[in-house]
Formats: sequence, C-alpha cells, structure tokens
Amino acid sequence: MKKWTLLLAGCTLLSRLSAQETFPVNGVADKREQCYAFTHATIVKDIKTTLQDATLVIRKGKIVSVGNDVSIPKDAVVINCKSKYIYPSFVDLYSDYGITAPQREARGFDFRAPAQLNSNQKGAYGWNQALHTDVDASGIFAVDDNKAKTLRDAGFGTVLSHQKDGIARGTGVLATLANEKENLVILKEKASAHYSFSKGTSTQSYPSSVMGSIALLRQTYLDAKWYKGNPTAEGVNLTLQYWNEEQTLPQIFEANDKWAALRADRIGDEFGVQYILKAGGNEYQRLKEMKATGATFILPLNYPQAMDVEDPNDARAVSLADMKNWEMAPAEAGLFEKEGIPFTITAADLKDTKQFIANLRKAIEYGLSESKALEALTKTPATLIGAYDKVGSIETGKLANFIITTGPVFAEKTTFLQNWVQGDKYDVKNDGWSPVTGTYSVTVKGAAGSKTYTLDVKNENSASIIGTDTIPAKFSFDGKLVKLSFGETKKSRSSIRLSGVSSDSSWQGNGVDTAGNNLYWTAAFVKALAETKDSARHKMPVKLGKVTYPFDGYGWEELPKQETILIKNATVWTNEKDGKIEGTDVLVKNGKIAAIGKNLSEAGARIIDGTGKHLTPGIIDEHSHIAAASINEGAQSVTAEVRIADNLNPDDINIYRQLSGGVTSSHILHGSANTIGGQTQLIKLRWGLDDDGLKFKGADPFIKFALGENVKRTTSQNNNRFPDTRMGVEQVLNDAFERATAYQKALAADPTTRRDLELDALVEIMNKKRFITCHSYVQSEITATMRIAEKYGFRVNTFTHILEGYKVADKMKVHGANASTFSDWWAYKVEVTDAIPYNAALMTKMGLNVCINSDDAEMARRLNQEAAKSVKYGGLTEEEAFKMVTLNPAKALHVEDKVGSIKTGKDADLVLWSANPLSIYAKAEKTIVDGTVYYDIDRDQQLRKQITAERTRLVNKMLAEKKAGGAVTPARPSFQVILSCGDHDHHDGLFTVDAGDEMNNTTN
Amino acid sequence: MKKYIVTLSAFLALAVTTKAQDDVYPTKAYTGRLYITNGTVHVGNGQVLENATIAVENGKIIQVGQNVPVPADVKVFDAKGKQVYPGLILPVTDLGLKEIANGVRGSNDYEELGEINPSVRAIAAYNTDSKIIGSLRANGILLAGVTPQGGSISGSSSVVQLDAWNWEDASYKIDQAIHLNMPTFITRPNRFAAFLGIRGEQAPDATKQALEKVQELKSFFQQAKAYLAESSHKQENLKFEAVKGLFDKRQKLFVHADQVKQMMVAIDFVKDFGLDVVIVGGSESYQIADLLKQNNIAVILNEQHALPSAEDDDVDQPFKTPATLKNAGVLFALNDTHDESRYRNLPFNAGTAAAYGLTKEEALQAITLNSAKILGVDDKTGSLEVGKDANIVISEGDILDMKSSLISKCFIQGRDVSLDNKQKQLYERYKYKYGLN
Repeated sequence: MKKWTLLLAGCTLLSRLSAQETFPVNGVADKREQCYAFTHATIVKDIKTTLQDATLVIRKGKIVSVGNDVSIPKDAVVINCKSKYIYPSFVDLYSDYGITAPQREARGFDFRAPAQLNSNQKGAYGWNQALHTDVDASGIFAVDDNKAKTLRDAGFGTVLSHQKDGIARGTGVLATLANEKENLVILKEKASAHYSFSKGTSTQSYPSSVMGSIALLRQTYLDAKWYKGNPTAEGVNLTLQYWNEEQTLPQIFEANDKWAALRADRIGDEFGVQYILKAGGNEYQRLKEMKATGATFILPLNYPQAMDVEDPNDARAVSLADMKNWEMAPAEAGLFEKEGIPFTITAADLKDTKQFIANLRKAIEYGLSESKALEALTKTPATLIGAYDKVGSIETGKLANFIITTGPVFAEKTTFLQNWVQGDKYDVKNDGWSPVTGTYSVTVKGAAGSKTYTLDVKNENSASIIGTDTIPAKFSFDGKLVKLSFGETKKSRSSIRLSGVSSDSSWQGNGVDTAGNNLYWTAAFVKALAETKDSARHKMPVKLGKVTYPFDGYGWEELPKQETILIKNATVWTNEKDGKIEGTDVLVKNGKIAAIGKNLSEAGARIIDGTGKHLTPGIIDEHSHIAAASINEGAQSVTAEVRIADNLNPDDINIYRQLSGGVTSSHILHGSANTIGGQTQLIKLRWGLDDDGLKFKGADPFIKFALGENVKRTTSQNNNRFPDTRMGVEQVLNDAFERATAYQKALAADPTTRRDLELDALVEIMNKKRFITCHSYVQSEITATMRIAEKYGFRVNTFTHILEGYKVADKMKVHGANASTFSDWWAYKVEVTDAIPYNAALMTKMGLNVCINSDDAEMARRLNQEAAKSVKYGGLTEEEAFKMVTLNPAKALHVEDKVGSIKTGKDADLVLWSANPLSIYAKAEKTIVDGTVYYDIDRDQQLRKQITAERTRLVNKMLAEKKAGGAVTPARPSFQVILSCGDHDHHDGLFTVDAGDEMNNTTN
Repeated sequence: MKKYIVTLSAFLALAVTTKAQDDVYPTKAYTGRLYITNGTVHVGNGQVLENATIAVENGKIIQVGQNVPVPADVKVFDAKGKQVYPGLILPVTDLGLKEIANGVRGSNDYEELGEINPSVRAIAAYNTDSKIIGSLRANGILLAGVTPQGGSISGSSSVVQLDAWNWEDASYKIDQAIHLNMPTFITRPNRFAAFLGIRGEQAPDATKQALEKVQELKSFFQQAKAYLAESSHKQENLKFEAVKGLFDKRQKLFVHADQVKQMMVAIDFVKDFGLDVVIVGGSESYQIADLLKQNNIAVILNEQHALPSAEDDDVDQPFKTPATLKNAGVLFALNDTHDESRYRNLPFNAGTAAAYGLTKEEALQAITLNSAKILGVDDKTGSLEVGKDANIVISEGDILDMKSSLISKCFIQGRDVSLDNKQKQLYERYKYKYGLN
C-alpha cells in the first residue's frame, strides 16, 4: 500500500512538472493534453441551467465546451456518463486548508501574572502582537492531499484559505484542491483579508477582552489612515502598511456568534467596510438584526449533537436554550433563505468533514431549498471572492472543477463518484460508477465439469445464491476485485471459494472447490434486482420549537408592547414633594407617566388594581456588570478607549432576574482592573430587545475609573504594571490628563494629528462631555483623585463603592461628587476594614447625593432591601432610604429628568410591589419600562410551567434520537458566565462560572 | 434611646483619643436573677407568647410565661412593645479564623494543607478578638459553629458563644462535627479558552475523579473503624482517633455538598457507616427533599441570597428552597456565608425564607432551634425554654426584616453583652467630626 502511494505521488509530480516551463525535467518529457469528453450526462451548469443528455469537454484543466451539440475532439478520452449528473465543484470561503496555524497552550488571562506590555514580534511591525497583517497565506500555503481528499469527497474543488490566528489575520489564498504543485493550484495569492475578535496566539496582554479587541480594530483603522500621510515620527510600520494594502480585498470577519456579528458589522459601518461575516450557528435567533447588517454570511454546518440526557441529574444541567439550539440549529440556512439574507456555506468548524454532506442534507430537510444550497456552495462564494470567472459553474473557459454523482446532488441516495479538479480526476466513491447490484449468472468450471448458479448481489458486501434454497454467500466487491464463497447447500460446512476481477458487467477469475481442486469461473450481469419497496422511513416533516427573544425559557415569542395602563388605588412613592401618597392612581401612556391623582379614568386603558400595593419608580443600579460579553480590559493602566456599549449581551438571564427584583435601569460599568477603565453604558432592562435596544437613549456618557488595591494588583506577587502603590495611581491619573491636554492642543493646531481613541475620551472628560464614576475605597485616594480632577478643571462625578466616603464626606461635598456605596459590606480586603454600614446615612446627612448599588448580579435583585438597611443603620427615613436606589442614582447619572420619580412626563419605569418596598417581604409583581410590562409575576408562573413542558419535550426528543441509534454526546452542563468585579466573591448558582474565579481579581 | 446615644457618643469622643477601638469588653458573668418583662416572646419552636416574661437565674432560663410574678429585688428589663427572640446561631462559619477575606494571608487561619485532616481543630485558632464578632452580636447573632475548610476532610468544628476573652471561655461544644467536602461531579469549563480562540480542550471526567475520591474517603473510614475496634496501639493514629466521635455518635459528619449526586453519595455514607450525616450547602437539596427525609439527613442551607443554579430555574428558587425542605419534613437550618457583609445578614436570610413560603416563626426556628438541634446544642440553647441558657435577643421590631431589625439588647448566658463594635465607634467618631450628634 505504501509503495503504491509513493508511486502515485511520483506520477503526479511528473505530470505537473511537465506543465511548468521553469522547472527542469528529469527524464523524458511527458506533455499531455488531458482532454476528456463526458457524454450523455445530466449537467447542472448552474442553478438556472440544467442540460439533459449533454456533453462536457475539458482540456488541460479547463472547460472547452459544454452543451447538447458538442463535437467531441478526436484526442478526447470519452467517458460515458449515462444516468450520471455533473455539478460544479463547491467553493469554501472559510478554510485553513494547507495552512498550519500556530498553536498556543490553553490558558486563561491570569491577572496576577506579569503583564506583557509590548509585542514579541521582531521587525518593523506595529505595536500589537495580535495584528498579523503581514501574514500572506499564499506564502505559507502547502498542498496537503490528505486534507484535500476529505474536502473533495465532500464536493469541494476550491477553497479560500487563511491562517486562523489573531485579530487581523492577513490575507487569504484562493486555491483548488488538486494534488498539484502549489504553483499550479493557487488561483489568487491575495484573495481576501481576515479579521476576528480573538487574539489567538498573541501573548501580549492587550487586548484581554472583546471590547478591547474592538477598540484595537477601531484604533488600527484610524492609525492606518493616518499612516498614509507618512508621518515621520512613526518610521516604517509594516503592520499598517499591509493593513492599508489589504483594504481593497474582500474583508472577511470571523464573528462566530449572533451578537459578535453585530459588533463586527458596526466596526465596518464606522469605517466604510462591509464585512463578509463568518457565522457560528446561532444567528437564526436574531434574523432581523442579521439582515440589517447587509452582510453576506458564511454559515457553518456544525450542528450540535443530541446529548445523553438519560440521567435526570445530568439532564438538569443542560439548559433549555442549549436543547432548543440543538433542535433548531439545522434550520439556520433555511431561515436565512426565507429571510432573504445572502449566505455561503462552509465545511469549517465540523469535527469531521465527512459529516458535511449529511449535515447539508439535514439543512435541506429543515427547510433549505436545494437550489439555494447549490448556489451557496458555488456561485455565491465564487462571486464574493471575485473568482466566478474561474469557478462556481460549468462554463467554457472556467476551470474543470466538477463533481460526478449518481443522482441529484443533495438527494439522500445520491453518491458522489468523482470530483474533478483542474481537469484531474479524484475518485470519491468510484465503485458506485456501475452499481454492482443485480442478478448475475455465475458459471464455475473445473475438472468435474461446469455448473451455473444464480447470484443476487444486494450491495458491495452482500450477496446470495438463489436456488431451491437461498444460500447466503460471502461476497465483497471493491470496484475491481471480486471475492465470492458459498456452500453448495445451506448446511454445507465447506465452501467454493472464488476470486476474480470485474470488467464492465462481467467477472472472471479462479478459485477452489470444496475438495481443494482448482476452478475457473465467469459471471455475467443478467438483470437488475427487482426494486424493493422503499422501506426507508418516510421522513416526517420537521417540527421545531419557537425562536424566543432572548433565546431561552424566559424569552418572548413576541416582544411585549407599550400599553396604556391605569394603576388604581395604590400607595404611590413619588420621590417628589408629595412624598408617599395613598389611594392614588397613576396613568401610563405612550411610555410616559401621563397623570397622577385620585379617581383617574382612561378609555381603553388596561386597569391594574393597586389596592394594598405599593407603586414606586423603577430601581436604578448605579454599579452593575450584567448584560455584557466582557467587563474588564485590564491589560494596561489606561484603557479609556474601550466601551462596554460595544459588547452588550442582551441574552443575560440576569436581566430578567433583576426585573423580578424591580430593577429598570442599570449602569453597566467596566471593571476595576486598571486606573482608567472603559466607557460605561447605561441600559434599561428591556428584556428581549437587542443590544442597541437596551441602551438608555439620550443619557450622558460615563467612564469608569478605579483606585486602590485592584489597580495596583495587590493579589499579584509579581506585578510589573505601573502603578504598584496609591502613589503611582495618582501619577497615572496626572499623566493621563497631562497627555490629554497636550493632545487636545495638538488637535486644535493640526487636524491631521493622529486620532487617539484613548485620549479622545479623556478630552471629553476635561470638557465635561463625559463623566467619571470612580471605584474607590480609602480616604487618601479619594482626596488625591479629587485634587487631580480639580487641577484639570473638572469634577469626579461619582465615587462608587466609596466605603470610606464618610471620612471625607465634607471634602466630597465641596468637590461636588456623588456617592454610590454598598449598604453593609466590609472586611473582604484591607482597604475595606474601616467600612461601616452607617456610611450611606452619614454621607446623606452631610448633604451628599448617595446611592446604594449592587455590583453583584444577585444582590441587584434585592436593592430595595439594601436601601432599607439605611433605616436600620443610621436612621434614615424610609423615603430617604428608597431614593438611594431610585432618584439618587438618576441624579448621579444625569437622568433625573427622565427617571427616578413618579412625575407626569417622566418615563413610565414603574414597579408594583406586593408590600412596602423596603420590607423583606415585598415582591415586585409588575415591572414596567417605558410603559411596557417586562416582568409580570403571573406570567412568570406560566413560564415556569412552559419551561418544564418544553424541557420535557426536548429531553424526550433527545432520548428518542439516542434510542434510534443517533450519535449522542455526554450531557454538557450549560454554564452561565457571570461577570463581576472580582474583588469580592459572588453568590452564583451551581452552573455559573464567575469570571472572577478565573480572572483572579480582574473585574471590579 | 436618643439620650442613650448622646451619652454614649460623648463617652466615645473621649474614648477614641485614648483607647482606639479596643474598648469593647466581654461582660462579666452574672449569677443573679434577671426578668425580661412584657415582651412578645418568640420561643423558637414556633410558639409566640404575647406580653410574656422570661425569668433568668444563674444564666439559665427558669421560667417563661404570661403570668410570671416579678420579685422586687431582681434586675428587670422591660421589653414592652419589643420582640424577644432566642440568640441567633450562625451554624457553619469561618468567623474568628479569617479576619480579612482577601489578600492578607496572615489573617487567614481557616484552611489547612493536606487532604485528610480530621484531627485539625478550628477551635484552636478561633480568635475571640475578631472585629467581625462585634458586628454579629449587634445583629443578634450570639453563637457560631466555627469550621475549618479545605481538603477532603477539613477537620472538626466547635460551637462558640460570641462574648468571650479567649477560645476556652467561648467554647460551647467542642469538636462537635467533622467536616467532609464531597468532590464535584461537574466539570467546570474554562471561559477564556473561547476568547483566545482555543478549542477542543478535553476536560477530565469529573464523575470518574469524584468516584475515585469517594473510594479513598470510604477507605479512610473503613480503616478508622477497624483501628478503633482495637483499644491499644503502639502509637496513636491522630487522624483515626479524631473520628472516634463519629462512630459513637458524639460527633456528626457534616458533608459539604450542593449537587444531587454529591448528596446521594453522602446518603451512602450513612448506610455504610451508620453516621449522623448533615448536608452543608445543599443548594440542590430541594430536588431530593423526600430522599433526605427518608434517610433522616438534616440540611444547613448556606445562602438564601444566591442566584438560581441554572438559567431555567425559577428566579426565586434559592429563596423558596427552605419551604420545600420544610414541607418534606427535613430538619434544616439557614446559614449566612456572605463574605462581603460578613455573616451579619443571617436574620435576613431567614426573612427571605419567610417571604417565600415559611411562616415567620418557622423561619426563626431555622436560625435558632433547628440550628441548635443540628449542631447538637439544643439541650442548652436554640429556644427560650426553661432549663436552657439565657441566650436572648431583644429587637425593636421584626428581627427578620431589615427595616425593623433594630437590636436593643442581647444576653448570652444571662450576661448583658455589649452591642458596641468598631463600626459603631467609627460612626460616632465621624459624627463627632462633623458635629452631627
């Protein structure tokens, strides 16, 4: 076998060498025309044109002619393709065929490890190691026939291949899958440019988050544009030079997720680029948003396998969302087609490329049309990559890349026989060319004379002798060689053993009889087997669950709508000068509070009886880390360029859970890994809407700063990132604003000054267009930070945590800062040993605007109770206490004109409580945002039943698949990632991963 | 009340300059008689007595009832309009073993090296001068089960009362339980693999590893049992000696477990060795409440204020787990392991349970009498009943609800203990600075 392979390789090499002028010939020249004519075939030229009984002629790797009246050149090898189908070979735009990707040991970002602040890459390259614009896939591309075969067997003839490593990945190479010298298979050396959010093998610390990756991409677009002006100070920056050169190519972005697709597309929008988006398989969950990107998607077919959910304790760990995705993922391509979103299909991400055709058929079973499937594998990708003149259809002048099949390409019973690439034949399953199935007459001749048997061959491995009895034979046929042995009767212990070769439909060979005498034999095809009734299961139409928004048990089948609501006879906590008023009605209309008073009425309004209940403004959490894909960009001490808004995650179940605790707005903060963290995002908990829909529109922008132990990396034994002390923290701040001041001046003087996203944000702060919420604990750092701010002419808007605020409340008052604190936390690290639960009350009494925040996905559901602790510790009135989680944070966040109190004209962000909201026994019964009921305790009860029913249905479906012999994987727990501050523990559930666990104090 | 604060703060203003914050003293023993009168007495066993009196002598309760005559020559505390409760019990905690949770190794004495450490005793490291203790007393928490962590068998816990000069004074019941940490049956993923673009990392099979660990633990107990059957040894094996109490039922085995499979293995320990097993943690215990009842296993729920285990879970699942256990007849207690508020919210954990299915008296019982039963100290405390220690809390209002949970008096073994603490003193110090008194 080995020898044979070597021989074949030698042959291939020979024929190729002859094709290249510049290569010396060792031996006798062997130039061939390689002309073939494929006759009597059904030729599908493209999705629009199918020719019956047609001929295809190819020569020297290209299509010469195709049609019904094609003259066959004399020097053509004629291949009769009667009953065969010919299709253009497929094109895959998302391959790393022929490219060895560098590997990196799997490990998380360790906050305690020394930071790598600069790139390790030697040479005249840019500052960040994750930008590989210098990688030219054509230069590292090497033919790999083992891999090529798996792709050819799946029908592919051409792939776009790139090195899947880093945030900018350089250029992709378009190549065929022919087993030829690289020189001959490359169709385009630089066919595409590639990007992702994953920094891959880069060991440099920055970026360490999704939003950091986004910021790096945005900054690089700006830098590259600036570099075009040949700035002398920069010298040669090859990374930027190549970046600029690559901009004219098709731009492909690996998103791999529905929200990431939107994130990538927004970067594209900002810089005038339309990315082709590589999908991950969950995009069907947000079709409307996907369509709005205007992008063409590259869809993978790596559908999740059913899990083994036999053990109920294992099944419990699997979320409904994951089970739903298992059920629905194969429908993605079909749903894209229905929605009119352009797409191509890739074999990437499949564990085994052999699965490709099976999964494609599944996609078709789940609603994808066959013609769309073919288009997505031929014309669409070829056109996208600018190679439709070469591949993607069967037309004169194009490459001879086509597959020959036994029937319509995607039909269940069709076999791929051959895949021709650049005019070379590659067998896929050549023994299927002339099916062995049928009745044969076998004549055995020996010393004893000749005897004839009737043999029914069912397939390559099964046949039986038909006589008075049906005698099962041992049979095998490999396309050329035949082996056959059978007993004379059913009970015979010994067999006649035959061995032979096939040629067309007749066989001949030698053998031995039962006595050991030599035989020779022949066999001839008599007739086809009678069609057995197609016992193949009649495919049931696929029944699927519904897409919900978000895609889990608590999502909506249809998004809730704004209503006109009249809440009658409640105790209303206005947070205005009316205070708490009993027996009062509140009318909600067009998302706003329309009226407050007694005996209100409104035609057509939904009436909610508030008798015995309390109606309050929605809770506003000044310090939260929910609903984001990443929270900390801790790799540098100043990362003002990163934005939480860039990576919101509307699927976070904690949005719903917090609605159940009466929260309507949350200020999503960057963590506290560094002194100047990222830009924050105020959101409303509009459960079900997309990332943009969550944003609190028209609110002032904020940014997170942090001081103390986290930013000086107290828990690290070997910190090398400045600062290491509070002395250094002050200097980081001072330096940052000094740089920003100089930058602002430079910009004013010279508009071609390099735009710097980090300094832009700092300039906004100095110009009072962006506001700081500053993580802080001890009095020394609080005072120092206020003095730096004053030096540069602005104020620290809010000190958050601020557990020693009570020690400097007078200074904060003079400075004009707000305070946002915990009710009763302390002693979880040295800087909080002097924290006291009277802090909020003391600061309030000193005239500060004080908020109570959560900084914790769990506690946020009970912020009303946390506020109530200020009644216990420090004796505030109930109304004062409740304002600390409603009106006061609205003021601190500059949105008190919209939310925070119940006042005519303000947003209808309301909570109806079963009892006094400061009581531990109170439950939020309805939580309303903008006049839309996003949480209703009665609906919640129904959802619980629905979740149980839907889980049961899907568990049974998975069990049925297992029972039917389908492949199953062990049940995989669906872990929820909870992002958090990390400087303290969180009380998450069993199937949650606290990012703090692994980031080792990166967040908060 | 106001006057009291004024006097106190005046005193403190003076005190802070001379004594810093180390002036909170344990109270001297009081052997005389004390009558707490006219209060609403929550006995701890579900009973409520309106306008009742508790008589204490020599640190013990000698009478509880509505018509108790008050002699003339006794100390009286008039609890009119107030709520009277048994001292709250924090059942499993690192109190006194961990002063500062993070970043200060020197303040940590709760986790020893090694896998099987039954002879390690928490009481030996318990620091009665921990600043945390004062903040708990001020919230009515008067007893605690001080517990070591780490390894598979962490060591023994002891019950202490929270008003003492040193750990020997504090001891209420020594080495009352051995703590075993059940290995996990769930493999946790690496969240950052995805961001770095790393895939296909094969996680080790958690179940297989867990079962191997369980075998190792069982083997330890088998050998200990065999060793203990023989009374004389050339040299004592301290680890085996340390679990003697488990076999003669002087000690309980506290198994720290949340997952159903972990708890089922714990049940198996009961069957194999006939031990008194208590589950600590138990976040998934509601799923097998009947099974736990069947096997007579008690549960200490670590944290009510936690997120549900899984995305699909009822949003209020941890809140209502106590009610499920109660309905199944499981003996259970509530705990507070919240590392940031440092355990002072124990009564509010119970309050949450009361909001989600328990009655207030049942919720109270889960932080008093039930805890005492599970810790094996119900002969001495846990309820306001005759013969028990006078561990009593007096609150202005409902102790389970933060807005009314204002503790005005606490007695431990009849001693009128100080409710002052570092935090109140800092409060007074800065009220003084700002002239807010």
